[in-house]
Amino acid sequence: MSSTTASAGALTEGPTIPRWLRYAGTPVVLALVTWATLAWVFSQDLLSRETALLNTEKIVDETIQHLYLTVVATLVVLLIAIPLGIMLTRPWSKPVRPLFLGLANLGQATPSFGVLVLVAAITGNVGNGVAIFGLVVYATLPVLRNTMVGIQQVDDHVIDAARGMGLSPLQVLLRIELPLAVPVMLAGVRTTLVIVVGTAALAVFVGGGALGLYIQNGIQLASTPVLVTGAVLTAVLALAIDWLGGIAEDLLRPKGL
Amino acid sequence: MPDTSTAAEIRLEKLTKVYPGSDEPAVKDVSLTIPAGEIVVFVGPSGCGKTTTMRMINRLIEPTSGDIFLDGENVTHMDASKLRRRIGYTIQKIGLFPHQTIFDNVATVPRLVGWDDQRTTDRVNDLLDLVGLDPSTYGERFPKELSGGQQQRVGVARAMAADPPVMLMDEPFGATDPITRERLQNEFLRIQADIGKTIVFVTHDIDEAIKMGDRIAILKEQSVIAQYDTPENILSAPASEFVSDFIGSGASLKRLNLARVRDVEIDQMLTVTADTPATEMRRILEDLDRTTLLLLDDEGRPIRWLTAKDIDKISGTRTADTVGMPVIALVEPQATLQDALDEMLRSNGGCAVVVDGQKRYQGTVDMETAIDAIRNLREISEEHLRKERDAGSPAAGASATREEGAA
Repeated sequence: MSSTTASAGALTEGPTIPRWLRYAGTPVVLALVTWATLAWVFSQDLLSRETALLNTEKIVDETIQHLYLTVVATLVVLLIAIPLGIMLTRPWSKPVRPLFLGLANLGQATPSFGVLVLVAAITGNVGNGVAIFGLVVYATLPVLRNTMVGIQQVDDHVIDAARGMGLSPLQVLLRIELPLAVPVMLAGVRTTLVIVVGTAALAVFVGGGALGLYIQNGIQLASTPVLVTGAVLTAVLALAIDWLGGIAEDLLRPKGL
Repeated sequence: MPDTSTAAEIRLEKLTKVYPGSDEPAVKDVSLTIPAGEIVVFVGPSGCGKTTTMRMINRLIEPTSGDIFLDGENVTHMDASKLRRRIGYTIQKIGLFPHQTIFDNVATVPRLVGWDDQRTTDRVNDLLDLVGLDPSTYGERFPKELSGGQQQRVGVARAMAADPPVMLMDEPFGATDPITRERLQNEFLRIQADIGKTIVFVTHDIDEAIKMGDRIAILKEQSVIAQYDTPENILSAPASEFVSDFIGSGASLKRLNLARVRDVEIDQMLTVTADTPATEMRRILEDLDRTTLLLLDDEGRPIRWLTAKDIDKISGTRTADTVGMPVIALVEPQATLQDALDEMLRSNGGCAVVVDGQKRYQGTVDMETAIDAIRNLREISEEHLRKERDAGSPAAGASATREEGAA
């Protein structure tokens, strides 16, 4: 998450690194690492049970599956956590605020592996649905908390002026509070994305497949090429998504802040 | 500025606010009429409920009981957001929207009430001009790119945008340094002279109250009105010990806040420009038996004081605008004598130069003129009071009643 905090300083950053270089540097490095890893993997003498996993088609499939779990889980988190976060900043919701924050905290405090397995055990099910459910439980807190903090940190005087000029409560929310909360909310979304993309590697234990498959099989088969493929691709995917998140934060931050 | 909407009278009837969980009301039974087109200043010690009372007028604080009338219409229970669009609102902390340009900030209320783009654009540009900010320079900037004083001007422009008949101003100049505050006050008085809105102005500073107010309501705890009258009458005849304590010592000095530079006799200095030959300058000084000349630039703005010694220094390499004392003390005609005296003391000189809005020379005012003016003011107000007392007028200096306010 250090990348998240680092991005907060991007505004004050001097002209040391040009923006295009910051944007272009990461994908170049990630592509090189991926290429080097795969080149090394395919140069090894592979057993048949290894080639069943280590072929382009299978790797692409599982990468897509990994992305699928990440994107769907994150979207579900946004759908739940943003409206909930807005609701919990309204004055009338004060009594229930600790309850929801407690639940979200609980979800994140429980080890992610535990959450996934627990969900599978309780529902008696495996597959994408269970994996996504577990990821959502685990990764809701950053978006929820940042939505609340983002709205609460808006200057009271700005809101007072807006109300005093005759903006309705909904207009104050949509035109003032949410736009001003965007930078903090985006940081939360980026954190959630990174958590989800990393945790999705555990989806394999509840029948969710994805790149965790390589890590699990790599250990079981005692195969270094399989294990390295899974580990490196998961890391590359996480860094790539964090990179996209950083660009989104820069582009979507309101001007004038 | 073509202002079509007229100012509206505000009437408060037995307005009371009790906060939940509190036995004592924060504001108790305030009844007050604020005449259309006047600036009424609520002034009082902190915690007296002056801001609460003001915020009940646009119902940012809902009154517990009592009624608010705007232009005779009871607005106590109408839709609060719609009511607020008819009432301009500025606060000490300004509260500009940081993510919107200056133009968009000022355009907020016109857009809310559905003005078309052309009308909104014209209005915003007019207003930015009015408060001294060039629309083409500042319109597309964001609030953080402006100085505190400039932001305050935008705040005032934003409050006036949809031409509301009524404006509420909560210590609008309180966060600025003394010099900027004085300037903003004078600019605002100049604007108000044109637009004639009904303005409720809250401050804790009695000097500001005397300067800005057509009337002053001095409030004590729970917004109980200790006195509601013109600044002259409050200074001449405080209604109670509370009021005289609040005014503090030096009521005569405070009269300086009442008299404007434009009300006193303005002297004329001998003026020259940099083109005037030094010999000519010396001749003028000798012929007219004066000791100093005032040097103006090409636009007619005062720049230097020149004495005979300074003129001697003028040569081929030193032009007139590099010798002599720079002109520091500048006042506009709507500044108070207090402002003028401040300027004189600050600049270490015996007189201040009067300039117009474009900083062009109009004349000078000196210390004696100011002191004479204060003496006159005191005599006039004492005379006035004596007459009222002789006539047995019950209103003289008495505490506020609605009837009196409406009169």
